[in-house]
Amino acid sequence: MSNFMELKINSCSENEAFARVTVAAFLARIDPTLTELSDVKTIVSEAVTNAIIHGYQECSSGVIELYAGLKERSVTIRIRDYGLGIENIDQAREPLYTSKPELERSGMGFTIMENFTDQLTIDSKPLQGTTITMVKNFEPQCVGATS
Amino acid sequence: MSITIATEKQNNILMVKLAGELDHHTARKTRSVIEDELKLMKNAKLILNLAELNFMDSSGLGVILGRYRALKEAGGELMLCGLSPAIKKLLQLSGLLKIMTTYENEQEALKAYEVTL
Repeated sequence: MSNFMELKINSCSENEAFARVTVAAFLARIDPTLTELSDVKTIVSEAVTNAIIHGYQECSSGVIELYAGLKERSVTIRIRDYGLGIENIDQAREPLYTSKPELERSGMGFTIMENFTDQLTIDSKPLQGTTITMVKNFEPQCVGATS
Repeated sequence: MSITIATEKQNNILMVKLAGELDHHTARKTRSVIEDELKLMKNAKLILNLAELNFMDSSGLGVILGRYRALKEAGGELMLCGLSPAIKKLLQLSGLLKIMTTYENEQEALKAYEVTL
């Protein structure tokens, strides 16, 4: 079974909740566990928030593209912005590193995305934007479970 | 999707109950409500009750860490209670669980504080 969804949203913070709830609703068909669903909502929220804060510097007129592709019990989530891009990806991935300490950012966004997924790829070019691709595999359904 | 912030003061104890979702969108409001309440308090003990928070991400961690640092600097203290498994996982991952005092619920936090008086 394969299926996909695509979403284009403005880079305003109200859309963080909309994006994570939409992806969670899309994945409901494979009956994920509550923990899996919570992990997915968190990683989508992290990537969309990064696009808004770092990519677009909190300017709400930017565009964020979100793709989720489901293949059996594996989902690929891609979140793309056309903002500033990341200058130093290795540094951005370091736990607790933040380029915006004045905003009380925890610097845990990429660490969370890495920990809650099976694969994380960051593709970024200065002044062109960032694409985050995450793959998450879901536990097989229990024998006898109905959907 | 939003957040509800209920506050209650008892002497130098500020109890804050968060309900809803704590993300980048709701972080600013949460931070400013708590900071306004703490402004006139000395050696404040902040009890942050997260039992009714059904979503939190790294922006929430930033709010918690920010209050922890500010209170510590001002001679106060932060206590957390009502942690769901998902929130506990985030706090663990970020190392915050190691440095923060956590309790099952508000009553336990209050009791622990009264014992130390």
